[in-house]
Amino acid sequence: MSELLINLDWYEIWQATLDTLLMLGGSLLFTVLLGLPVGVLLFLVGPRQLFEDRVFYAVLSFVVNVLRSLPFIILLIVMIPITVVMTGTSLGVAGAIPPLVVGTTPFFARLVETSLREVDRGIIEATQAMGASTRQIIFNALLPEARPGIIAATTVTAITLVSYTAMAGVVGAGGLGDLAIRFGYQRFQTDVMVVTVILLLLLVQVLQSVGDRLVVRFSRK
Amino acid sequence: MIEFHDVHKSYSVNGQSIAALQSMQLQVRRGEIFGLIGHSGAGKSTLLRLINRLEEPSGGRIVADGVDVTALDAQGLRRFRQRVGMIFQHFNLLSSKTVADNVAMPLKLAGELTRAQVKQRVIELLARVGLSEHADKYPAQLSGGQKQRVGIARALATDPKILLCDEATSALDPQTTAQVLQLLAEINRELGLTIVLITHEMDVIRRVCDRVGVMDGGVIVEHGLVSDVFLHPQHPTTQRFVQETEGDTDLASGEDYSHVSGRIVRLTFLGEATYAPLLGQVARDTGVDYSILAGRIGRIKDQACGQLTLALTGGKEMLAEQQLRAAGVDVEVLRA
Repeated sequence: MSELLINLDWYEIWQATLDTLLMLGGSLLFTVLLGLPVGVLLFLVGPRQLFEDRVFYAVLSFVVNVLRSLPFIILLIVMIPITVVMTGTSLGVAGAIPPLVVGTTPFFARLVETSLREVDRGIIEATQAMGASTRQIIFNALLPEARPGIIAATTVTAITLVSYTAMAGVVGAGGLGDLAIRFGYQRFQTDVMVVTVILLLLLVQVLQSVGDRLVVRFSRK
Repeated sequence: MIEFHDVHKSYSVNGQSIAALQSMQLQVRRGEIFGLIGHSGAGKSTLLRLINRLEEPSGGRIVADGVDVTALDAQGLRRFRQRVGMIFQHFNLLSSKTVADNVAMPLKLAGELTRAQVKQRVIELLARVGLSEHADKYPAQLSGGQKQRVGIARALATDPKILLCDEATSALDPQTTAQVLQLLAEINRELGLTIVLITHEMDVIRRVCDRVGVMDGGVIVEHGLVSDVFLHPQHPTTQRFVQETEGDTDLASGEDYSHVSGRIVRLTFLGEATYAPLLGQVARDTGVDYSILAGRIGRIKDQACGQLTLALTGGKEMLAEQQLRAAGVDVEVLRA
């Protein structure tokens, strides 16, 4: 057994896991903070919605699509100069968060838009009929009604982020992906590869089941 | 209470303008239940939504509760809407909120009451609609009739003067429909609320409305007291609606009774006359014989009514008709 796991440095693996969790948490936070308003905006100016604006929707939609169609590995490289300006470094956890956020925010915003579209139009109409302002419609009706959908969107985004953090290892982000690439792949240390993959798998499993549970908890249908 | 002055509304579909409502004139009186009936696409839903401007009119003026609705700015419109309740066919309750929170919502949006006052008001409202024990449930746990009761409680929360009902009973079974209509009638009586309801069922009109407008193709083709419109429908659309609820073939199809001898008359009884033993009396007094060809007896809101088509024979038919008229029966001669 110890023969098999000869290359494992548990301290390093612990550090890498921590880095992955930090990158995940940090970028998820910013993705939600940025993506939620963008998603709401996309929804509101979208076809047949409260503030239908074809031109604005087309532009915003185009930007979102461009960012989504860019392969993440390219985005990582393109973002390096911007990241340096923002955080002072393109390495480590801090250097990984900006490209991760830019990579997932458009994705998350689209998912938010979709879950808002699932809200029954009648509920918006009823809220309008009560004399609600736009702000009140968003915060008192739209967001609470779309909450299960938004939680599910957050779960999917978090899982996407897990695989993105692994990819960010390529440009020196640290974390489990970095470990897998440097030791598992470049030095043929298969045991390191297996352990990191298992840890990533566990992380994804935990995220998915927590997300699912929250969705059930907030679904009243 | 609500007045439409030359209101029209058109939509543009694929660059073409389609008129949903044409030069609409309408008067809804304070404290009455006014029903609008029409098939889907007749424009009744548009008309209803013009009152609280969920739909913007293309022209004309709407005055409701002394306010020129068409002239309101965004802020004014919001304040006006807070004084107009609305209930919907599919209830439109927030699935993420409990019954109590749904009812509290208009109060919270208006932001005029303290938390404790809101709570107290919600308790009162739920008691009024008979849902006190369901306060902490979610809409998905309720039956259709209960959901509409929540809708009604919510609509009444801000103590509105006007209640708009958008096909409020169309998604409910007949028994539940009757209960919800009864609740609406109760509210109308006790709170003096003016109610405008739209429906495609004549039965709904007959049960609760005071006056009715019949819509077809974006115009009101006939309007008046429910008893008048119901018992003497003039327009073909109205006749069809009455026929649908009555299963009455005589009324609209105009059966000719060529095989029946005698003078054919249609008697309409309203109120007390419905229950008086008039026909026998008149027959005895005048020696006129009668045979009943068609008939219907029922209630219009709180009023009993009946309509009989008779063939009269025996000589003194004119006298018999006079006596019936004197007793308050409306007599129409269908064939002399």
